[in-house]
Amino acid sequence: MKKVIMGNHALSYGAMLSRAQVIAAYPITPQTQVVELLSEMCADGTLNAKFIKVESEHSAMAACLGASLAGARTFTATSAQGLALMHEMLHWAAGGRMPVVMGNINRAMAPGWSIWADQNDSLSERDTGWIQFYCSSNQEVLDTVIQAFKVSEKLMIPSMIVLDAFALSHTYEVVEIPEQDKVDRFLPPFNPPWRLTPDDPHAFGGLTSPDHYMEFRYKLQKDMEKVPALVEETGKEYEKLFGRYLGQVEEYFCDEAELVFVTSGTAGYTARVAVDELRAKGIKAGNLRIKLFRPFPFEKVRDILSRVPKVAVLDRNISYGHHGIFYQEVKSAMYGQPSSPLIFGFIAGLGGRDITRDSYQEIAEYALNKNRAEEEIVWIGVKK
Amino acid sequence: MIEIRFHGRGGQGTVVASKILADALAKEGNYVQAYPEFGVERRGAPVFAFIRIDNKPIYDKSKIYNPDHVVVVDSTLVEAIDVTEGLKEGGCIIINSNNPPEHFRLPSKFKVFTVDATEIAVKHRLGTLAAPIVNTAITGAVIKILNLTRLESLVEAIREGISIKPEDNVKAAIEAYERA
Amino acid sequence: MSKKKEARKITFESEKEMPVAPMSLGSMLYNKTGAWRNIKPVIDLSRCIKCGICWKFCPDASIDIVDDWPQINYVYCKGCGLCAEECPQKCIAMVEEEK
Ligand code: SF4
Ligand code: SF4
Repeated sequence: MKKVIMGNHALSYGAMLSRAQVIAAYPITPQTQVVELLSEMCADGTLNAKFIKVESEHSAMAACLGASLAGARTFTATSAQGLALMHEMLHWAAGGRMPVVMGNINRAMAPGWSIWADQNDSLSERDTGWIQFYCSSNQEVLDTVIQAFKVSEKLMIPSMIVLDAFALSHTYEVVEIPEQDKVDRFLPPFNPPWRLTPDDPHAFGGLTSPDHYMEFRYKLQKDMEKVPALVEETGKEYEKLFGRYLGQVEEYFCDEAELVFVTSGTAGYTARVAVDELRAKGIKAGNLRIKLFRPFPFEKVRDILSRVPKVAVLDRNISYGHHGIFYQEVKSAMYGQPSSPLIFGFIAGLGGRDITRDSYQEIAEYALNKNRAEEEIVWIGVKK
Repeated sequence: MIEIRFHGRGGQGTVVASKILADALAKEGNYVQAYPEFGVERRGAPVFAFIRIDNKPIYDKSKIYNPDHVVVVDSTLVEAIDVTEGLKEGGCIIINSNNPPEHFRLPSKFKVFTVDATEIAVKHRLGTLAAPIVNTAITGAVIKILNLTRLESLVEAIREGISIKPEDNVKAAIEAYERA
Repeated sequence: MSKKKEARKITFESEKEMPVAPMSLGSMLYNKTGAWRNIKPVIDLSRCIKCGICWKFCPDASIDIVDDWPQINYVYCKGCGLCAEECPQKCIAMVEEEK
């Protein structure tokens, strides 16, 4: 069934079709509609789930963790300051291996108080051990929720589905809503290898001596390393059932390109239009959209970028005192490769400033005319 | 691709109008993208809504700066702000008003249409007399003037998307369609 | 029970033997905290009002409620005295352990 829905509702439908059993969330702009629709679904019986009202995002995640540990499929959503307040619990989720799936609406961090898009909120949680997917369309949001549950539950690692404030969260698009029985075939009920139950009592997450702590972290990393292959595998399986492939990256005209943009989120879709415009002018541009950010898709990125001479990484975020975060990641992925392109880093779109086709024309012009990255960061659209 | 900008005031249902239009267009197999101005809506303040329509997937996620057409849900906005900003030459401006198009003295490079959606809304008792809800009537006029979709698809979209007085809203849209 | 067994610690030689998530693996079967006790709580049931406060407060869950009455499990009671402190009837006495 096709429906015109907003990005926030794509998250809700994804959780509904995944048959989430426990939802605990605290409302925050621009995430509110995710939870509104889910609470309605719980109230009218469309979704057979327990909806837990909480007094903060920290408590929301804490409630999700208890539920997940008890063996329930668990979903929540938040944004920006809310995600930051959850920070401690994010470590608990990943470290305790609880496969919660969460939607995060990318919103700039205050101050100045902002409700508009940028990626610093989710990227600040880069090192918490969560899988992170960045989406570019409402369809991708819905499909990724379903796939994330599958990947997360298989490896017992939580997943964050990330979408831009307003540009996706509040934008209506045509979305194919998959049939429930087909989703059920793809995603069987959650059956964790351990759970919190009086039948087999354990204490979870207790004191762990230096004798063992490191081994738990080693195991988490080893399982993280399995994610890319699993995303490919489940993506193909999903494609067989629904006709839409979900991978780690999306390549657009990267073969034999003279310049490839590395992008993410909604800006990663606008980049495709910019590539079309550049190609119409005879410039061989391409776009590599990163969908899976954690774990970083090293193999894909290396394979694609080692074949091109120039790369322009667009960041809607910044690590103060360093660079754009995707720029850092791409450079670290290409370091020591036998053939590495010239990599430029651009920062644009902070705090909801629009990233347009013209932004990409500016980026292309800069990158095509330079033979080395003279500036560590090139700012796009700053009123200097 | 067609890009349309809606001007209204907070509380008039401008965003809903763009959503209903998107629903109607999607029913005919179009790709659509509709979004409100990215911000905080306050009752009475000028608000914007946007819609992109194409027969292939829409990848441009940036805002609309050069719309093909403009719809003005509240005619007082014509004086208050520049509703023609960025509007492409030859574009249509559809205004909810009981005045004729000439009244607004807009540049001749645009095609101006007026439809009295307020009168139609009041007649069908949509909203209150003081604050009639004109959005469904406006969509009826818009699809006719811009030749966007069949009336049946709009009627279906209103029935599915409007929970309060759907049939009165349908009648208002049909009447505006016929009068436009 | 030998002291050695009581102090038994679970250690792993390889990460492969370890669980995926940090969790207890029944160490309390071996870690009998009753051995730590040098004073012991004794309840005067004639004055007990069965309020259950001692049961709730015991940090080692060493008090059971049996047929509505509190009963101390001396295998695990570590003799901290919290129950005696919290009992509203002051009917729990801490007495010297006879070893
Ligand atoms: S003395 Fe401490 S450990 Fe023993 S029963 Fe009382 S509260 Fe529990
Ligand atoms: S706290 Fe005191 S009165 Fe209450 S149940 Fe325990 S022993 Fe009895």
